[in-house]
Amino acid sequence: MSDKTKPGWKTIPMGGLLLEPGSAMKYKTGDWRAFRPIVDQNKCTNCLLCWIYCPDASINRLEKFVEVSYDYCKGCGLCARECPVGAITMVEEKR
Amino acid sequence: MSRTVGLTGNEAIAYAAKQSNIDVVAAYPITPQTIMVEAFSEYVHNGEVHTEFVCVESEHSAMSACIGASLTGARVFTASSSQGLALMHEMLYIASGLRCPIVMGVANRALSAPINIHGDHSDMMGSRDCGWIQIYAENVQEAYDWTLQAFRIAEDMKVLLPVAVNIDGWALSFSMERVEVLEDEEVEKLLTTRKPYITIDTEKPITVGALCFTDYYFEVKRQQVEALSESTGVIEAVAKEYEDLSGERYGLIDTYGVEDAEAGILCLGSTAGTAKAVAKNLRSKGKKVAVIKPWVYRPFPTEEIARATENIKALAVLDKACSFGAPYGALCSDVMALLHQNGKELKVFNGIYGLGGRDITPFDVESVFEEALETARTGDIKEPLKFIGVRE
Amino acid sequence: MVRLKELPTAELFTSGHRLCAGCGAGTIARMTLKALRGPTVIVNATGCLEVSSTVYPYTSWKVPWVHIAFENAAAVASGIEAAYKALARRNAWEKPVDIIAFAGDGGTFDIGIQAVSGALERGHDFLYICYDNEAYMNTGIQRSGATPHGAATTTSPAGRVIPGKPEFKKDFIGICAAHGIAYAATASPAYWNDYITKVQKGLDAKGPAVVHVFSPCPVGMRHDSDKSMEMARLAVQTRYWPVYEVEKGIYKLNIKVPTPKPVIEFLKLQGRFAHLFQPKFQQEIEVLQHWVDENWRRITSLCKEQ
Repeated sequence: MSDKTKPGWKTIPMGGLLLEPGSAMKYKTGDWRAFRPIVDQNKCTNCLLCWIYCPDASINRLEKFVEVSYDYCKGCGLCARECPVGAITMVEEKR
Repeated sequence: MSRTVGLTGNEAIAYAAKQSNIDVVAAYPITPQTIMVEAFSEYVHNGEVHTEFVCVESEHSAMSACIGASLTGARVFTASSSQGLALMHEMLYIASGLRCPIVMGVANRALSAPINIHGDHSDMMGSRDCGWIQIYAENVQEAYDWTLQAFRIAEDMKVLLPVAVNIDGWALSFSMERVEVLEDEEVEKLLTTRKPYITIDTEKPITVGALCFTDYYFEVKRQQVEALSESTGVIEAVAKEYEDLSGERYGLIDTYGVEDAEAGILCLGSTAGTAKAVAKNLRSKGKKVAVIKPWVYRPFPTEEIARATENIKALAVLDKACSFGAPYGALCSDVMALLHQNGKELKVFNGIYGLGGRDITPFDVESVFEEALETARTGDIKEPLKFIGVRE
Repeated sequence: MVRLKELPTAELFTSGHRLCAGCGAGTIARMTLKALRGPTVIVNATGCLEVSSTVYPYTSWKVPWVHIAFENAAAVASGIEAAYKALARRNAWEKPVDIIAFAGDGGTFDIGIQAVSGALERGHDFLYICYDNEAYMNTGIQRSGATPHGAATTTSPAGRVIPGKPEFKKDFIGICAAHGIAYAATASPAYWNDYITKVQKGLDAKGPAVVHVFSPCPVGMRHDSDKSMEMARLAVQTRYWPVYEVEKGIYKLNIKVPTPKPVIEFLKLQGRFAHLFQPKFQQEIEVLQHWVDENWRRITSLCKEQ
């Protein structure tokens, strides 16, 4: 049974090509997580280790500290674990 | 304007490729295709072409490299046969799925086991569903002509599919025949520089080869079906252009004597040449026989074959490959399907021949014609499937 | 030397991919794309990174990206490199383009080894990055030539009689170095500076370059998802994963480990080694430690010889 709302063979680009770079940004993986990272922006020294290690590019660099992009964060906890000053804590997601 | 030269099938295809301004050749040698690759290497090493020649370490890598190069906008040529073609089998489907206009010369050779280096069609028939356009040449002239046309057909925006130009291993690949070749300038008129549709382009970063789940795969394949269907029109248009340039007439099928024939033989490749010679002889004795030779096997020229067989009463389809476990050979199955669909009364029987390069002689062909004429007369098929030339 | 603040903020490998939470490959892909020096084409073999980042109609890639098949990333890269050379020769293309082939250990050590060897021997100018999660993780954790001795995988399970994989890990960089290429190196994503520098060196190198990077896998190695970088660090600090480079045949140790932690510290974190802690299989841990020591001795003596 095909989903009739999706485009047909006459519409989609030839050969299964994806013409829009980074279209995955439309797919929000934030609902995967069971725990969310909370950044204490007072403690954050902006060392950017969490930023470079995040597999999901869910840490945004601000001028003086970082913030989490909750649309995509999968709650793996790497940022909290790697933060050298303990500025990030993992908090269970409420239902 | 053209010159007449002596070329073997392999040399002819290599020469046509040389004239076609190829950007990349990635190929691996295998008997009986080796000369295609060797001749091209000589062109490269003598500075006669600007081609980048990648001496890959296997046929699988050959087709992989060809796909990569084709997606980058390069005009690509390669060649293979038999085990090599079988080794690149998964890549053939990928080449057509990703719409790469690659042209490949195939010197048809039997598939192992047992290992055999001689000519039959089992290699290409084993890959007949791969989505490539498949053309069979009867002689070396056709091998040359079709290779040139292949690039135009492949690169047409309505098509964008890879093309295999098949020549019988040994019978054509290593046999020298007179060939009228075009001058380079004439080929340039036929084949301008490739204008790629969409490619790996750092200015427009697209993703090629995404994972399509159950919700999209079918649609992409349906597009391929459409492209193959469109290609018949393109093949005919290119043939017309080629005729204006070279004087050689091409199209989807070639026929001899169908206007008033009662019985006929339908087959691919060089055997059709033998059949035509025998038919000519029989016709001089008053026997009404015909030869139908599809040039293009995929897409299968249903309308043209239906038209060609309108008046014939009995048709022998000769398959140079065996489809094990199937009621008939691949070619015969396709013919029977279309005739059945068209409600034809025509009687068809199948002859499997030439496996492992077993020669089919004019005497063998004449027997087949006689049997077809007998069937045309009586309406009975003595043997729906026979093996021609095998020792019991 | 690279400074984090100087790395580009643009994400050329975007969020929204389907890699597991804590996946080492995600981190590695992001780091790699921070190291680009100009127009770059990525060739990606079938595997975790490829399927997770390009589920039609979504793609995480903002650079030209090609996936063809499982075992041929190096062959496809060869074809692309040849095409750019040919196009440049007839003045249809001017800018130099970098080509990076990404493949897992599956598509590199085993089914892909032929294509890698061919491409290295022919000397194509490209960078091959093997992200090694030490098994065929994408298809459900089957053993590969990169799986270490004793690790449990679905095709080398921790059984009552045979405890995990009996064989040992292939020396991939040794194979690459044997081809006489300009640059080959190992890396760990925990040491981001070393890794990014190596990607840059690989791109700069003339001819083929290879970087073999350890890619922690929470699901397949069965460790906590937040411990991926700790895994990647411990792998180095136990000498399990020596970090070195081979430039034109000259070996150089990049991360010295004068006082290594015992490999058991690394194994403890991972469920795939849990069975080795049973009394009847505990000698396998010694076997692994011995392998680690021998491997370290071999690599460091190659480094000292220069």
